[in-house]
Amino acid sequence: MILFSVNRQRVNLDVDPSTPLLWVLRENLGLTGTKYGCGMAQCGACTVHLNGEAIRSCVAPVSRAEGKEVTTIEGLSPDLSHPLQRAWMAEDVPQCGYCQSGQLMSAAVLLREKPRPSDEDIDEAMTGNICRCGTYPRIRKAIHRAAAMMSTGGAK
Amino acid sequence: MSALQMERREFLKFSVAASGGLLIGLYLPGASKLAVAEERSGSIFMPNAFLRIGTDERVTVIVNHSEMGQGVYTALPMLLAEELDADWNKVGYESAPVDPRYNHPVFGMQITGGSSSVWSAFEQYRNAGAAARAMLIAAAAQQWNADPATLRTGSGVVIDGANRKLSYGQLAETAAKMTPPAKVTLKDPKTFKLIGTPVKRLDTPEKINGKAVFGIDVKNPGMLTAVVARAPVFGAKVKSFDDSHARNMPGVRKVAAVPSGVAVVADSFWQAKMARDAVRIDWDEGEMHAFSTSQMMEQFREQAKSPGKSVRRDGDPDAALAKAAQKIEAVYEVPYLSHLMMEPLNCAVDLGAESCEIWTGTQFQTVDRAAAAKVAGLPNEKVQIHTTFLGGGFGRRATPQSDFVVEAVHVAKAAGVPVKVVWTREDDMQGGWYRPAFLHAIVGSVDASGNPVSWKSRVVGQSIFAGTMFEGMMKEKGYDPAAVEGVDDLPYEIPNLAVEYHQTEVGVPVQWWRSVGHSHTGFATECFVDELATLAHKDPYQFRRALLAKHPRHLAVLDLAAQKAGWSKPLPKGRARGIAVHFAFESYNAQVAEVSVTDGRVRVHRIVSAVDCGHYVNPGIIAAQLEGGAIFAASAALFQELTFENGRLQQTNFHTFPVMRMNECPEIETHIVENNEKSGGIGEPGVPCTAPAIANAVFALTGKRIRKLPIRLTEAA
Repeated sequence: MILFSVNRQRVNLDVDPSTPLLWVLRENLGLTGTKYGCGMAQCGACTVHLNGEAIRSCVAPVSRAEGKEVTTIEGLSPDLSHPLQRAWMAEDVPQCGYCQSGQLMSAAVLLREKPRPSDEDIDEAMTGNICRCGTYPRIRKAIHRAAAMMSTGGAK
Repeated sequence: MSALQMERREFLKFSVAASGGLLIGLYLPGASKLAVAEERSGSIFMPNAFLRIGTDERVTVIVNHSEMGQGVYTALPMLLAEELDADWNKVGYESAPVDPRYNHPVFGMQITGGSSSVWSAFEQYRNAGAAARAMLIAAAAQQWNADPATLRTGSGVVIDGANRKLSYGQLAETAAKMTPPAKVTLKDPKTFKLIGTPVKRLDTPEKINGKAVFGIDVKNPGMLTAVVARAPVFGAKVKSFDDSHARNMPGVRKVAAVPSGVAVVADSFWQAKMARDAVRIDWDEGEMHAFSTSQMMEQFREQAKSPGKSVRRDGDPDAALAKAAQKIEAVYEVPYLSHLMMEPLNCAVDLGAESCEIWTGTQFQTVDRAAAAKVAGLPNEKVQIHTTFLGGGFGRRATPQSDFVVEAVHVAKAAGVPVKVVWTREDDMQGGWYRPAFLHAIVGSVDASGNPVSWKSRVVGQSIFAGTMFEGMMKEKGYDPAAVEGVDDLPYEIPNLAVEYHQTEVGVPVQWWRSVGHSHTGFATECFVDELATLAHKDPYQFRRALLAKHPRHLAVLDLAAQKAGWSKPLPKGRARGIAVHFAFESYNAQVAEVSVTDGRVRVHRIVSAVDCGHYVNPGIIAAQLEGGAIFAASAALFQELTFENGRLQQTNFHTFPVMRMNECPEIETHIVENNEKSGGIGEPGVPCTAPAIANAVFALTGKRIRKLPIRLTEAA
């Protein structure tokens, strides 16, 4: 049995501990917002937070989550109220949308660590997340917008 | 079954009473080839059904095109809501089931492709909205005992002369009993409130909280997951396989031969994948076992030396060339490319004795349904496809052979339970149906004043239509029009022009890839025009202008891009600009790219893209498509190439077939030409100009001509 917490709920699962966390989230827990894109930490579609750090869940065995807190896109906010989600809507970021969960989870860690990121900071934090539709310019704008929102106390 | 699926089934059953709302069935004159055919055969009119209004005020627009990022779940509802005078905040979307009522009015089948969704729906969805509005007015007139002519509408309500209001939801039940109008009057475009405005996309909220359901997310009761071991070489067949280890692995329920290989069915994806990797297969590799792309390109170069099938011939290019003051020859080559959608292919099937239900992200419902029905041994009507969100399409999910759907039905048959086939990234990349490799051998000449006098293009490559249901189009013309589109209509004023095509036969499955033939013809023609400009000692922008005097729409985008990019303004040392213009999918695009080169690597800093797509619906989505188109094309121009050795694809995943990333992404500026011409496409037209604009900028900076993609300066001429 592996015991960990997902989006602040405790889970206790009987799964092969070598199974990638991605598939446990998607198939055992029904949290399909986290996506499969490459299976080798190349594209970032599977990005989730493990104890607050952005990790690629496609290459992280579920055993790595033992006793830890996992946050997925479903746990980013209950009601689209996270500044990044509001900024994503304001900039009309997604196209097909498939990579966006991973983009948001990477951006959330960036903003926590650097509340007013520079373009170079954004390059560094977001380069591991591929978007095939080419939403990068809007992601960049939306991160700056979210940072601005947060610096004014979350006001819209 | 999800609420959405339930809703969709209810809709299919026309259970108007149960939902307490208005389902408007419409016959739209001339709206579909099939409807016209039925009219002629004397049967009843087939209604189109694009709209549902609930007593809860929800306005649900049923969208007959697949949402793969291009924004149809917003643009098509906008068309309908405009004429309906709906409250936009109440408008939602739903994907259409497979039904002839949802056929593309021009293509005569349900398909999302050819950058045609908006123009094909422009009248169709406006008519649907206008007819519904008339029925709601008629319903209000009946309730108020008033003359309908005295009533008006505004944002989801019908209003009478005394300013009394009845909402669309309040009127829904009465309106359902009204007779659809025989004829509708559409709004004067000058009065549009929604169309032409940058309305935010309706699908954003569910794409940023993990709720949007893509094909890979589908989970049905009792459903297992399958991963298939497919041929390592195209055309290879399974001789024998050993599943003694695989079938005893955890979670594995079944290992079975299917026409495409060996399927492993398990409780979960990971179990299926691990067991799939453990199946040992002895393949009969067939004719492609020694295939190599480098040898293939050698053959293409040989073929380009002899005349091909004549596609266009103006004047006498050979005679003009012989007399010309100066001439230049160039050979351009582009590789096979993968569509590489972020969501790898997948397809869920629930096959019963009398029914077959499919959940997948497809661009090609009509064709997929017929193909699935054949495998299932059922009539078409017994097969239903639930179109999910598509995690990218770019053409791959509109496969004339329906490869991923057909395979999934075979797997479901073998499994005997509901099953979802999931492709790994490697499976997806190696699965074929690529943008074909092409070669363009071009020779051109200019006179003593630098005016072009001749141009002869020989195009060499595979046909994407050969062997498909579209082969008929080739028979009409005598060649595959998709192979030469974009060069057969070269707009430049050149008195002696020839275009020839060599159709090559290669056993690599190929098909359309975002912008189809234009993805290579745009590169070859716009680079060669640049080479002619250099030969003529003229500025590449002014040289093009002079040759486009009879093409005002080409000129308008060219001028707009050049002006916004500051074409004539100097750049800092180490930077240079390149320009390109191209017409594709009924729209005109021009781009100016600004580049630098460091340690042999090209960096694109800025792209200015100007488009004329006629009467447009949502300028926000247009900007997004131009941004995305340029990035998609820049990825290919800078990084991407599929190569084969010993019949085997050498690339497997993003590390060997790279996609542009955030740190490499240029600034992109987009501009739209305002006019009231017929609507054109937008998903694909932003692709063709990017590679030549970058290549031409590299030449301006380095003096080296880029004649092969992806760009490698060490190979440049």
